[in-house]
Amino acid sequence: MKAPTLSATPMDLAAIRARLAGTQGREYWRSLEEVAQTEEFQALLYREFPAQASEWEDGVSRRNFLKLMGASMALAGLTACTRQPMEKIVPYVRQPEEIVPGKPLYFATAMPFNGFGTGLLVRSNEGHPTKIEGNPDHPVSLGATSVFQQASILDLYDPDRSQAVTHAGAVSSWGLFLDMLNNVLGEQQSKRGAGLRILTETITSPTLGTQLEALLKKYPDAKWHQYQPVNHDNAHEGARMAFGEVVEARHYFDKARVILSLDSDFLFSHPEGLRYTRQFTKGRRVTRQNGEMNRLYQVESSPTITGSMADHRLPLNAMAVEDLARAVAQQLGAGGQAGSQAAGELRAKWIAGVVSDLQRNRGASLVIAGERQPPVVHALAHMMNQQLGNVGKTVAYAASAEARPVDQVQSLRELVQAMDAGKVDLLVILGGNPVFNAPADFRFAERLMKVKLRVHLGSERNETFAYCHWHIPESHFLESWSDVRAFDGTVSIIQPLIAPLYDTRTAHELLDVMTQQPGRGGFDIVRDYWQSRKVWPDFEQQWRKALHDGLIAGSELPPREVKLRMEGGLPPASPRTPSGQRELLEVCFHADPTIWDGRFANNGWLQETPKPFTKLTWDNAALISVALAERYQLANGDVVQLRFRDRTLRAPVWITPGQAENSVMLHLGYGRTHVGYAGAGSGFDAYRLRESQALWFGSGLELKKTGEHYLLASTQQSHSVQGRDIVRNGTLQEFRANANFLQVGKEAPAKDETLYNPDEFKSDNYAWGMVINLSTCIGCNACVLACQSENNIPVVGKSEVARGRDMLWIRVDQYFRGGPDTPQVTNQPVPCMHCEKAPCELVCPVEATLHDHEGLNLQVYNRCVGTRYCSNNCPYKVRRFNFFAYTKDRSPSLEPMRNPNVTVRWRGIMEKCTYCIQRISAARIEAKKEGRQIRDGEVVTACAQACPAEAIIFGNIGDRDSNISKLKSEPLNFSMLGELNARPRTTYIAKIRNPNPELESGT
Amino acid sequence: MPDGDKNVLVGLSRDGEDTTVTPLGYPGRVLGPGETYDTVSEKISSIVLKQPLPKSWWFGFTVAFAMLMMFLMAVSWLFYRGIGIWGVNIPVAWGFAIVNFVWWIGIGHAGTFISAILLLLMQKWRTSINRLTEAMTLFAVACAGMFPLLHLGRPWLFYWLLPYPDTMGLWPQFRSPLVWDVFAVSTYFTVSLIFWYVGLIPDLATLRDRAPTRGKQFAYGMLALGWRGSARHWQRHQSAYLLLAGLATPLVLSVHSVVSFDFSVAIVPGWHSTIFPPYFVAGAIYSGFAMVLNIVIPLRRLYGLQSYITLRHLNNMANVMLATGMMVAYGYLMEAFMSWFSGDIFEEFMMVNRAFGPYGWTFWLLMLTNVLIPQVLWIRRVRITPVLLFLVALSVNVGMWLERFVIVITSLAREYVPAMWRMYYPTRWDWMTFIGSIGLFLTLLFLFIRLLPLISMAEVRELVAEHEEVEP
Repeated sequence: MKAPTLSATPMDLAAIRARLAGTQGREYWRSLEEVAQTEEFQALLYREFPAQASEWEDGVSRRNFLKLMGASMALAGLTACTRQPMEKIVPYVRQPEEIVPGKPLYFATAMPFNGFGTGLLVRSNEGHPTKIEGNPDHPVSLGATSVFQQASILDLYDPDRSQAVTHAGAVSSWGLFLDMLNNVLGEQQSKRGAGLRILTETITSPTLGTQLEALLKKYPDAKWHQYQPVNHDNAHEGARMAFGEVVEARHYFDKARVILSLDSDFLFSHPEGLRYTRQFTKGRRVTRQNGEMNRLYQVESSPTITGSMADHRLPLNAMAVEDLARAVAQQLGAGGQAGSQAAGELRAKWIAGVVSDLQRNRGASLVIAGERQPPVVHALAHMMNQQLGNVGKTVAYAASAEARPVDQVQSLRELVQAMDAGKVDLLVILGGNPVFNAPADFRFAERLMKVKLRVHLGSERNETFAYCHWHIPESHFLESWSDVRAFDGTVSIIQPLIAPLYDTRTAHELLDVMTQQPGRGGFDIVRDYWQSRKVWPDFEQQWRKALHDGLIAGSELPPREVKLRMEGGLPPASPRTPSGQRELLEVCFHADPTIWDGRFANNGWLQETPKPFTKLTWDNAALISVALAERYQLANGDVVQLRFRDRTLRAPVWITPGQAENSVMLHLGYGRTHVGYAGAGSGFDAYRLRESQALWFGSGLELKKTGEHYLLASTQQSHSVQGRDIVRNGTLQEFRANANFLQVGKEAPAKDETLYNPDEFKSDNYAWGMVINLSTCIGCNACVLACQSENNIPVVGKSEVARGRDMLWIRVDQYFRGGPDTPQVTNQPVPCMHCEKAPCELVCPVEATLHDHEGLNLQVYNRCVGTRYCSNNCPYKVRRFNFFAYTKDRSPSLEPMRNPNVTVRWRGIMEKCTYCIQRISAARIEAKKEGRQIRDGEVVTACAQACPAEAIIFGNIGDRDSNISKLKSEPLNFSMLGELNARPRTTYIAKIRNPNPELESGT
Repeated sequence: MPDGDKNVLVGLSRDGEDTTVTPLGYPGRVLGPGETYDTVSEKISSIVLKQPLPKSWWFGFTVAFAMLMMFLMAVSWLFYRGIGIWGVNIPVAWGFAIVNFVWWIGIGHAGTFISAILLLLMQKWRTSINRLTEAMTLFAVACAGMFPLLHLGRPWLFYWLLPYPDTMGLWPQFRSPLVWDVFAVSTYFTVSLIFWYVGLIPDLATLRDRAPTRGKQFAYGMLALGWRGSARHWQRHQSAYLLLAGLATPLVLSVHSVVSFDFSVAIVPGWHSTIFPPYFVAGAIYSGFAMVLNIVIPLRRLYGLQSYITLRHLNNMANVMLATGMMVAYGYLMEAFMSWFSGDIFEEFMMVNRAFGPYGWTFWLLMLTNVLIPQVLWIRRVRITPVLLFLVALSVNVGMWLERFVIVITSLAREYVPAMWRMYYPTRWDWMTFIGSIGLFLTLLFLFIRLLPLISMAEVRELVAEHEEVEP
């Protein structure tokens, strides 16, 4: 601002002198200007604050002033009705290196899950991890994650985590534990460790494996047992049957044109599921240029995520899969006699179709057996792949990544026998929950009581905790130093993102104090191990590189030549119950698609994730076929009594299309008795029926209706599109005949069919949009969890879900077509459509939802008063309402988990998908700093980032050359309910199937 | 008056009912025989001024007040816990609150219709029921006006729907029908209140003059605004009253039209319909008259008002109900026809779902109570038998509530995307709020009966004068 100039006119000095001369006594003057009494000085005196004062127009009279002030005061009172919470803030005293407040940092680490590792990049805001993302360099993650990785961050902050060393349930200390351990180990040393047993889950950590070997060296008679409920025994045994040694089959789905999956859920339950999904879906994408597709034949008893992608899906009792595999193998020319009972004309036709298709694609086909099928089926799959010339092309073999691959059920059996015989003095259980999930016939808990001293390392106070003398809280992987191998052997160093929140230990640290004292910290243990291996010439640099990259390059296990042992013919049939009983019902077990084997039972995010096919939350159910429901007169939620080999269980049923007629599926992991707040009282414990002889399925289930009813909270009741233009389906044949076949008769209304300006929000800069490919979406829910984590979406609980108030911003709708036995499934992720002519915006009375110039449909939380009119007027029903104060968590430990860039919504307001506007803003800031446009692919929404199938693409549709613009111009692109002319920015690529023409009419 | 008061057959039924009929067979009198200026003033003012109160009043008031307390409890819990205590969800984001809102607003239509439109049409029979129905209107609109506020997620911010000079320069979004609602309902309430009060002034003066105690004299005196009954007073009062009637008349049509826009502007199948404004207005008058009958029939019996609210009144109101009921039935028919005629799969499904979906029973119950049962009003005997008429009116009130339930909830529960089809089940708090609002309505009504003349003495005295001219 320009300072006011005083001496605009030259002063008359003579006049000043004269005036000064005329003064007497105490007359002071401040400046010559004053004395001169110039006009300017008078003005300055009058206007005390010259610059600002000029803004005060003199038009306001006293009366007007009072009126204005009175109104302002009254209205100021109106706006002050919302009370803001009081908070204290403390600045950094010493600024930590690299931390710029507000700027997240990313660290590479890996998550061990079910034994195997997945490479991750974890976002850290101000020193606390807030979001887990896949590591694009990691061969198993490829940048994607599954629901388990996404949700594992909640476990870190879970207020119910075990937080202190306990002895007999009372809080104790690590020091006291060490005292006790020293005494007992001293005793064991004299007995060469004869009474010492270690029980772990599957171990792939090289450091931990070496530590265990060292322990066994120190105590030569000690034993190391391994058991986890979802293990790879069958695959290992099958490989041993086929090749005489334990090797893991590694599949290359990107090279396979025809895939036969024998009850394998390779897209989801397999340790390499993320990579398999990426490869498999690569072969499902048809575009104008590419009219080629792979074909998946799936045989399974209960619908799985993989089954939803099948071109031909045959529901079959799990028990009958072996017969079918045998028949296929035999027709492929593997020799041996035909599976005589592989009856049924339909099935014969199916088999013939599969066989001829496989034969046509020798070297480009793939047969994969499910982990749950007996070893024979695995051996048959190996044989068929050999027979078809797939080995070395679509299948390779390599050593197992496990530190010591064993038959885990056998391993646990040995432990149980030793415990029963009283031979175990000290049992150290490193992770896992065998009391809950050991086979029922082992009566593990009962036998465990015979062990003199029981030590449990675990992250939660679970059932096993309750049976152990000592409990050591286990560090979460985000607080640990460790290492882990992926399924292909790639080693990742696990580095902590945060210091342990509580006084917790890792398995490394516990084992370390058992072999040497004083024990070292996790960092030293892992680093010392890698230093001692002397594999790197420049250790420090390589170590840092491994930490930075999240993996040790070249550490995957090399493919190995294996030789098929059974040239002569098919392996012998696996033992089974007499054929007379084969018409009985069969029970099947499978890890739950959300809480897995029960380890995530206290994870509210996973509990609230709607399971594929049933869309159940917070519970499992006995999944039965439509035919069975008719036979027993059962409706959803009816409680039945299940009786399997003298063990009984009461569970509600859920009628599941696609379930094999005489098979009942029970998902494991529910019905936990010692679990935190979130998991308490949910579901039914299927382990109570599971025994070592029927680990995955067994015949002879009896089912009895009880007449009781149980409330199950499902988020989707109708799975039929009702003839509406919601999803579009077609076959590859139709597509080849006319690429535009799905657009015929479904032209969208003209853009100007609106009362408003059709170009109201036209932007010459950015126009954000999304394309979701229904052909590749496998329905795994990774996007749902990623969104929940990124956008601070609260968990609402079962009763709220049952009322229809789930809060997930992106949901995966599943639509079925065809008969209830073999429905064709379409998975449709539905985020906000960000309509250009959004119906929601028109009806909001306070303009809390409105458009921005880049085409985003915004929700202004501050402005929302909660009329919920917008939700009523949203044809896609993607809006979510805070009916209660859902974000008022019962524990402050959950607060650091939240994404600081996303508002935490409070009671009474509407929310919905924002296209991850915080990520767009971050990219815009970066671009502006560098003086450029946001690049294509620079903004990736959380859902798109997590998707292993790359089914979700986000970008700028204003840019004609962007990836998304090209996708939107594909002939298969369509708008959901396009006829409403809301002009959604989220569009879909139609689902294309590739059925075998020989079978299409038959199935 | 086509049937006039001449050539009537006069008779008395067993219970003292005046069964005067015209040659066409309709009840004839709007005023019982033998009424004079004095009897009118005495009879009507005594209800207010007489002590002690009848037991029936105490009983009714106690029940109503208990219901009001339940309402306050439900609302307190609502404010404390949030909207989640109700059964609303996604997709059924509007539940009982909106059903009740529309229902009460509808009920609030009869008063102004009777007072203003019938006044302009010079229907003399309105005189003895207009006061009561105007009061009923006010109370019903008060009940109605609360629900949109209660149903907000953040009710303490309700004033954001008003156009006030916000410091951030924010205004309501004027394209939203909810903003139109605010204007429509508040205007209607204001005009109805003024109309009612202006009509009350001469009677308040009567009460002042007859009040036995100083306190009452003072209170009624203040309210009477210095009314002395001079010719000039009367002349001005009459023109003001007529002007207000003229002002209120378009509101009768506009309020429910605007309320219907809440639905018809939205794209929800079952809401998005051009027939809604007239069909809602007809429905509103229908339910309003039903509610008037439900109140008037017991009252005339309890306070012995048969000679002011005669069978002719009941008959006329039943006729209005029959006429508007037929319009509503036509609305239902057109909705069904248009859903078929449109050829739109969403509309077609909506209609099938209404009748045969999970809420189908509400639709059929609606047809029974709102279309079938009221057909008995074709029978004269039903129209002039208060008990039967009461039951029919009750059925219509239930039916009109169900109509709003069918429109609001059945439509939302199964909208465009089948994956998001979900059911709505009201909770006990929904019911408590609904029944509690009836408590509020009745409490206000009982207080009104106790404190103000429920029949316009001044206007009935006019009737007396006319009668004297006719039959000296």
